[in-house]
Amino acid sequence: MNGALPFIAAAALLALTLGFLASRGKDMSLEQWTVGGRGFGAIFVFLLLAGEIYTTFTFLGGSGFAYGKGAPAYYILAYGTLAYVISYFMLPPIWRYAKENRLYSQSDFFVRKYDSPALGVLVALVDIVALVPYLVLQFKGLGIIVEIAGYGAISSTVAIWIGAAVVATYVMVSGVHGSAWTAVVKDTMILVIVIFLGLYLPIHYYGGLAEMFTAIEKAKPGFTILPEHGESLWWYASTVLLTALGFFMWPHSFGSIYTAKNAKVIRKNAILLPLYQLILLFVFFVGFAATLQVPGLTGPNIDLALFKLSVKTFDPWFVGVIGATGVLTALVPGSMIMMTAATLIANNLYRTVNPSADDRQVSLLAKLLVPVVALVAVFFTLNGGQTIVALLLMGYSFVTQLFPSLVLSLARRNIATREGAAAGIIAGVATVAAVSLTGTNFHTLSWLPPEIQDLNIGIVALAVNFIVLIVVSLATRRAAAPAGVAAE
Amino acid sequence: MHGTRWLAIVPFLALVVGPFFVNRVTPFILGLPFLLAWLVAWILLTSVIMAVIYATDPVNREGEP
Repeated sequence: MNGALPFIAAAALLALTLGFLASRGKDMSLEQWTVGGRGFGAIFVFLLLAGEIYTTFTFLGGSGFAYGKGAPAYYILAYGTLAYVISYFMLPPIWRYAKENRLYSQSDFFVRKYDSPALGVLVALVDIVALVPYLVLQFKGLGIIVEIAGYGAISSTVAIWIGAAVVATYVMVSGVHGSAWTAVVKDTMILVIVIFLGLYLPIHYYGGLAEMFTAIEKAKPGFTILPEHGESLWWYASTVLLTALGFFMWPHSFGSIYTAKNAKVIRKNAILLPLYQLILLFVFFVGFAATLQVPGLTGPNIDLALFKLSVKTFDPWFVGVIGATGVLTALVPGSMIMMTAATLIANNLYRTVNPSADDRQVSLLAKLLVPVVALVAVFFTLNGGQTIVALLLMGYSFVTQLFPSLVLSLARRNIATREGAAAGIIAGVATVAAVSLTGTNFHTLSWLPPEIQDLNIGIVALAVNFIVLIVVSLATRRAAAPAGVAAE
Repeated sequence: MHGTRWLAIVPFLALVVGPFFVNRVTPFILGLPFLLAWLVAWILLTSVIMAVIYATDPVNREGEP
């Protein structure tokens, strides 16, 4: 037993308690469980959408990225901000359509817009393949945090089992209500902790921000600007655009739009969320402070920078508080991912095979699937090696492939047909998989100009997707036309 | 499309195209290297721009659910 553990244990208990209390006085139908009865106001929607930003990936990965690579980490600040600008225009029509048609999932949206259950199955499969590695990443982060912040008293394996059990339990009971309630605690804690660390560490070790950046510039010239080659300006610009478009394509973020009470809630959030994105600045400060203080971490270990520096700097009890915050950054997004994956399997795979299933059966099945999803993720966390990392890198690119057919479906007259949408998504996903698995990038094509070599290869997949979508849509529309009005 | 909605293009220009012109360490602004200070300033301004769009957009007046 040490000073840190009680705090970490308290965080897990608090999440469990709040998760349980969140269901009080509500009849947990599928509508309540998965989209909160479409009654959430500005604060809950804000926290659910913001939950996407402050996962273990940003807590550990954001500081690690700044620690290991410097300026390229800035792209995270920019893409989130631009995604919120897009959200002002793109999300209200999605919300309205979802409400009018009583949709539960992202897959439902495609089923209705394109009048094609088969397309819904395709979207659900893409979603699930992208979500499971994302959940695995949260569990991996959770294990690392508890092991380091607990000074090795609890092994990461034990921590992962306990964490998975806690989340699965409260998700089964409370669904999205549980996620929203625990998000309140998580975001309050992360706000306080991250701002404190981001201000305290540079002052403690260097005397201030300017002094810190001067010292870094002296030791590693050019570390705080984008490099000439590799992760250059061209890489930055293409990556920011690509990830901004993909941001709301994650099915659990997409689903959190459905919880809003009205469209104004969503538009109002587009004002506040960019400011909230700035919290990441303090995460970067921690990473920059660590660069010269705990040097030598390389490869995947750069993600340990925040905790290595914290252990070096603070008493165990405070490391425990930071660890408790870290645990919550894993549990809250984890809960939304589990719920979304379970809803997709029950509502969009099972119901397609067995259309006579009613809402009660689907709701029951979704809840029963939560521990199954958790077990699958725990299995991959404990046994998966490099493959899961590769899958995760693909995950973001996978869900981004849903963007073209989704955006076109919002237009008054959709130029994409269901065949075009499906062919585009398949072509895009296949391109991502082929490129990722073979390790291809523009750098292997040495005849290209250096600016193009640095572009994010995901642009290619999106372009392939779009071209296939247009060509197939034109072909299927023309084929349908002579048959008369059948298509309308 | 309402007039002020076009302002939404500005954050894209500032955050995606802007760095091509301001990718430099000095001068430091409030302790931040210049590129980082530029991004932070534009994130703050993006929030202001979205507030202007929200306030002048007729869909946010009554009538809209």
